[in-house]
Amino acid sequence: MWFKHALVCAFVLFSVLGCSEKRIDTKPTINIWHWMTDRDPAFQELAKKYEVLTGVRVNFELYAPSEAYSQKIRAAAQGMNLPDIFGILGEKRDFVSFIKAGHILDLTPYMEANANNWKNNFFPKALAVNEFAPGNSYGINPGIFGAPIDIMTIQMVYNKKLFSQLGFDPNRPPKTMQEFLDMGAKIKAAGMQGLVSGWGEVWMIDCLANNYAFNIMGEDKVLATIRGEVPYTDPDWIKVFDIFKQMNDSGVLAQGIVTMINKSAEQLFANEKAVFAFNGSWCVNVYKGMNPHLEYGVMLPPQASSEHPMAIWGGAGSSFMVNAHSRNKEEAVKFLTWLTDQDQQVYLAQVTNNLPANKSSLSKIPEILAQFAREMDYATHPNVWGNSEFSLVIEAFDYGIQSIIIGEKTPEQVAIDVQKIKERELAKKR
Amino acid sequence: MKIKDTLENYVFVLPAVAIFSIFYIIPFIWVFRLGLFDWDGISFTKTFVGLQNFKEIFLQDRNWWQAMWNASYITLIALTLQNIFAFMLALACDREIRMKNFYRVIFFIPPVLSEIVVGMVWRFIINDIEGANIINRLLAGAGFPNLMHHWLSDPKTVLTTVAAVHCWKGFGWGFLIFLAGLQTIPHQLYESAQVDGANAWQLLKKITIPLMIPVMVLVAILTVLGSMQAFALILGLVGGEFAGHTSVPVLRILSSMRGSSPRFGYACAQGISFGMILVIISFIQYRFSNKGQ
Repeated sequence: MWFKHALVCAFVLFSVLGCSEKRIDTKPTINIWHWMTDRDPAFQELAKKYEVLTGVRVNFELYAPSEAYSQKIRAAAQGMNLPDIFGILGEKRDFVSFIKAGHILDLTPYMEANANNWKNNFFPKALAVNEFAPGNSYGINPGIFGAPIDIMTIQMVYNKKLFSQLGFDPNRPPKTMQEFLDMGAKIKAAGMQGLVSGWGEVWMIDCLANNYAFNIMGEDKVLATIRGEVPYTDPDWIKVFDIFKQMNDSGVLAQGIVTMINKSAEQLFANEKAVFAFNGSWCVNVYKGMNPHLEYGVMLPPQASSEHPMAIWGGAGSSFMVNAHSRNKEEAVKFLTWLTDQDQQVYLAQVTNNLPANKSSLSKIPEILAQFAREMDYATHPNVWGNSEFSLVIEAFDYGIQSIIIGEKTPEQVAIDVQKIKERELAKKR
Repeated sequence: MKIKDTLENYVFVLPAVAIFSIFYIIPFIWVFRLGLFDWDGISFTKTFVGLQNFKEIFLQDRNWWQAMWNASYITLIALTLQNIFAFMLALACDREIRMKNFYRVIFFIPPVLSEIVVGMVWRFIINDIEGANIINRLLAGAGFPNLMHHWLSDPKTVLTTVAAVHCWKGFGWGFLIFLAGLQTIPHQLYESAQVDGANAWQLLKKITIPLMIPVMVLVAILTVLGSMQAFALILGLVGGEFAGHTSVPVLRILSSMRGSSPRFGYACAQGISFGMILVIISFIQYRFSNKGQ
């Protein structure tokens, strides 16, 4: 009997509660998805600070590794379940797909409000990655579709202690390709490893090869190649491929570099087993964690030609986008504006050792980070070129360079192979 | 009454049919449908291309067939060396030997480890620069310094090295299934044969192997399915496709889904084609085994 009474009471209680007015929070919660494991504690700290300041709760959700995050974002976009703020990993075309599908808010009006107040905070090259110019080849309305939270450059680093041991001047890294190649014999004779990098993951090969393509033939010719106006069999491209052969022949490349993952390359450099590394500015944090006493310097990749300036990949390291369908988009924009202010940017740089996107923060960051930032003028990135190469061509290009390094193909053979795929893809497009 | 019985039967199988349809048939049809489109995986617009993606896979995509060949090579080694080794160990552990339970546990450890972890551990064991170079040190210690080699960075040895590690990881499954199969063979058969004067080889040839054929077929099918779909191990071991030398179908599918211009529709077509190839291989294996029996 008591059970029936309890059941009736519970029914009445839940019915009454169910009829009560829904509690409405005046302050929304902003949900942010990201993949940056190393920055998550700093983000959580900033979220707490923002809640104290504004009463708005910010919920950072970490999804790692980056591959899993990419898949999650894609699935959420397909199901229209994106959070208020999110980042997009991948190439410009991924970004374009999200914009075309209407998932990303155009931040231009916010950036340009109050005489470009927010926009002027950023390094122009950092902003360029998220910006679409009038008449862009992607068919996107001109505008700025993301706020960079940090920047990066990919350069070479060298171990000063190993330089001294080898009899090189630790304050004078090689400036030309010949100087660099000449070091190879000495490195080999000393039983050390030369250049390490994550070339097993191939995109870093693509990055260095593009650096040399800009240096040897200039930006216009590189872009003309992407448009299909210059073939990969052009002598300048063969020179680019040949650089990898020369590096391998000279002994300046570490043994097994073609199957090396970047984490292993970072361990080798941090443990002072390699003289050079080709890595992005994120490495400062990684090396600090692996070997706090590592003495190293930053250098541009040695020039192969004096005809054109050296180029490095750089620009926005990570950016956040606002979900155009979000009910909290105004609050989301306000939070991003606050996150990219000088104080928060300096805090992020000091805690996470990433380069700040806010240009006024540079004076307050560690010296090794500033070295990476100083070469920002040389920075370029496929995302700002306006045209993207076919992914099958990029794949053939990168695998071709791997084949050159392992002595399987000559630069000329690789050039022919890449051009064949380029022509096939162009024919398909036509 | 008969109609009622029939309906009742259908009601009983309905939950199973529903689950099978929702989780297998419908996704398969959906993925096949996506394979008929040129789609980047994000845009609202998909361009219908008919069977063009399938045509490209079968007639033009040389990388795909290179990947199929690499996977077949790994599978061939697994089918032979791995399964022979697993069978021999199962035979050994089926007898009354000391610490046989301990061996069973030890042999079953590799299959339960994550593929990516196994890849990274073996990378450390094998690699001479990044790792401990243990294999080469053992070879040198055993008096074979001329066999020391860059196993993972030489295109001539990398796939065989991958296959060897894959076998190490996979033989435990075969071992366990073979052992379970061996334990179902009645001991009286062996005893009667021994009374008739049969030696160990004759017992194996005339009793064990014929009675183990269904188990061998099962192990062979599982080996083919597992080996053809291996990819995480390769990522852990060599970081990627290594100029095509370690590319396998699943890595090709992943590669189509990402990059500067992802081809989700093409990846779906690759997935369907690969699935169909595996079904056909399994079917052929099954038919052959039936004929054999």
